Amino acid sequence: MDFLFIIQQTLGATIGVNTIIFALAAIGLNMHFGYTGLLNFGQAGFLAIGAYSVAVPVISFGVPLWVAFIIGIGNSILFALLLGVPTLRLRADYLAIVTIAAAEIVRQIARSATFNEWLGGSDGITGKFGKDFFDLNPFKEGLETPILRFNANDLWVVITGWILVAIIIFVMWLMVNSPWGRLMRAIREDEDAVRSLGKNVYLYKMQSLIIGGVIGSIGGFVYALSRQSVQPDNYGTALTFFAYTVLILGGAARVFSPIVGAMIFWFLIVFIEQVLREAVTNNVIPDWLIGVNQVGQIRFMLMGIGLMCLMIFRPQGIFGDKKELALDAKA
Amino acid sequence: MQKRNDGGASFAATTPMQPGSAKPDPILIADQITRQFGGLTAVNVDHLEIQRGSITALIGPNGAGKTTFFNLLTGYDAPNSGTWSFNGLPLNGIPPHKVARLGMVRTFQLTKALYRLTVIENMALGARGQKGESVLKSVFPWIWRAQEAEIRIKATSILKNFKLLEKQDDFAAALSGGQRKLLEMARALMVEPEMVMLDEPMAGVNPALKQSLLEHIKELRTEGKTVLFVEHDMDMVHEISDWVIVMAQGEIIAEGTPASVMGNQQVIEAYLGAHHDLDLSEKEGA
Ligand SMILES: Nc1ncnc2c1ncn2[C@@H]1O[C@H](COP(=O)(O)OP(=O)(O)OP(=O)(O)O)[C@@H](O)[C@H]1O
Ligand SMILES: [Mg+2]
Repeated sequence: MDFLFIIQQTLGATIGVNTIIFALAAIGLNMHFGYTGLLNFGQAGFLAIGAYSVAVPVISFGVPLWVAFIIGIGNSILFALLLGVPTLRLRADYLAIVTIAAAEIVRQIARSATFNEWLGGSDGITGKFGKDFFDLNPFKEGLETPILRFNANDLWVVITGWILVAIIIFVMWLMVNSPWGRLMRAIREDEDAVRSLGKNVYLYKMQSLIIGGVIGSIGGFVYALSRQSVQPDNYGTALTFFAYTVLILGGAARVFSPIVGAMIFWFLIVFIEQVLREAVTNNVIPDWLIGVNQVGQIRFMLMGIGLMCLMIFRPQGIFGDKKELALDAKA
Repeated sequence: MQKRNDGGASFAATTPMQPGSAKPDPILIADQITRQFGGLTAVNVDHLEIQRGSITALIGPNGAGKTTFFNLLTGYDAPNSGTWSFNGLPLNGIPPHKVARLGMVRTFQLTKALYRLTVIENMALGARGQKGESVLKSVFPWIWRAQEAEIRIKATSILKNFKLLEKQDDFAAALSGGQRKLLEMARALMVEPEMVMLDEPMAGVNPALKQSLLEHIKELRTEGKTVLFVEHDMDMVHEISDWVIVMAQGEIIAEGTPASVMGNQQVIEAYLGAHHDLDLSEKEGA
């Protein structure tokens, strides 16, 4: 077995582009769910809006990329308002239902034939919409070490991506440790109590929805740019649920947990896959047990078992505080 | 210097002891308030005035509609009909948080401590006009740090009064039921209300602490605040209230000083559940 190759692939994934994307999606969810108690099951919709908002204006309308970023942020704020205005006054479950439906609507609109000309239908959009970004790439060559490899473009995406994540995490850390953050956590605990103290809960929930949504759509920017393409089916409900997995792995309501969660998530997925693949091709695992084509499914099964074990033995996630989780049972 | 307000004692002597009687200086006036749940009329209040600066008790048997009436007055529920005003300001359709900002702050019968916040955080949350609660200012700690320090000082001094100071860094979930009641009341005071509405503040609080809590409530009156509280413990009602309002089956059936109300035949019957007496049929005919 080629252990060096396994290490190389796994390490690359652990700090790679996908980890950044999922970390951003989960940081947004952490704002929603971890700190405010909002059940947003449509985070994939925010990523989709981010991704399409960088690709479409540049390709179809020749807008500069930085303007497309602003359009993307604007669109995700609009989307948050659209979701929040009718639901945030209602019970928490309404938001969950509306967001899951809205994200699917976004995906269906994106892949519909009607808007084929701009959104590319089910094929999505592929093209050089990231040119402005890659033109700034100072790296002429990629990174070539025995244990870690990135080509020049990926290296640029990964470095800028992590800087972006660091900035967002820092700002979020400031926010959640302020009276504003305290108010958010209070809303998570009991909205009516917060109202009785003279706070406009609706306004604050809207702020949370917008902020978490914008962070998610920034994840969408990275998704689109890193691949130089946007595929509608990448933004299905699975993306949202993986983002929740990442959040819960790390432990909700901890600023850093989405990063650690995303790293572990991608580490496990790629590590399990590479080990299985190497083992099967080298006949360490016999053919009759697992075939090469089954590796893809089996890694998700193992991942699922791993998550179940985590929930049983460490329900608070990696960073969470078990005492705090136990307080949830409102005795 | 604090204004000594003894409106409580003096108004009681001159106010007629009958449902809906006018008070010399009412802070809260309610008219024709009804609330139906399906076929059940939970609240049906013709007219009610609460004297400014007094301690008024709202009593009545279980299911009389006291909590529902609180919910209506504070904007947590909307009545089927009726108008009410606080300090002369009509409150119809005003959402709960605005009612609180106007100076009418309530607590809940089913305590609403914020469990995964510490006791001191629960308290600090109540303070008004916090700069750090603005999303933009939140990221610049130097803008709000000084104010936050003042808030903490105020919070600790109230916590001390309520014997919760040692618990300040514990999660609210780690408090006992009675302590949570205390915390909720202490937190309401952080809002600096003009009128405090307490829904069964003493339920589950031990006798020794009850006594000191009574002193705190009296102190609120000394500070010129108005207190309206729901309570089943008649000794407590007797001890601190200037005025008592009795509700039964959604209606106000009696008003008066504690002594007069407790001798009232109709009140006794309401508590004993003798609803089908002559008295009630008279009332319904009226
Ligand atoms: N949300 C609701 N839906 C239907 N009925 C309700 C609702 N809330 C209250 N009621 C009914 O209205 C009546 C008044 O209830 P309320 O809670 O106001 O009584 P209460 O005077 O506070 O009683 P207690 O002293 O037991 O707290 C009760 O008969 C109750 O069943
Ligand atoms: Mg009640």
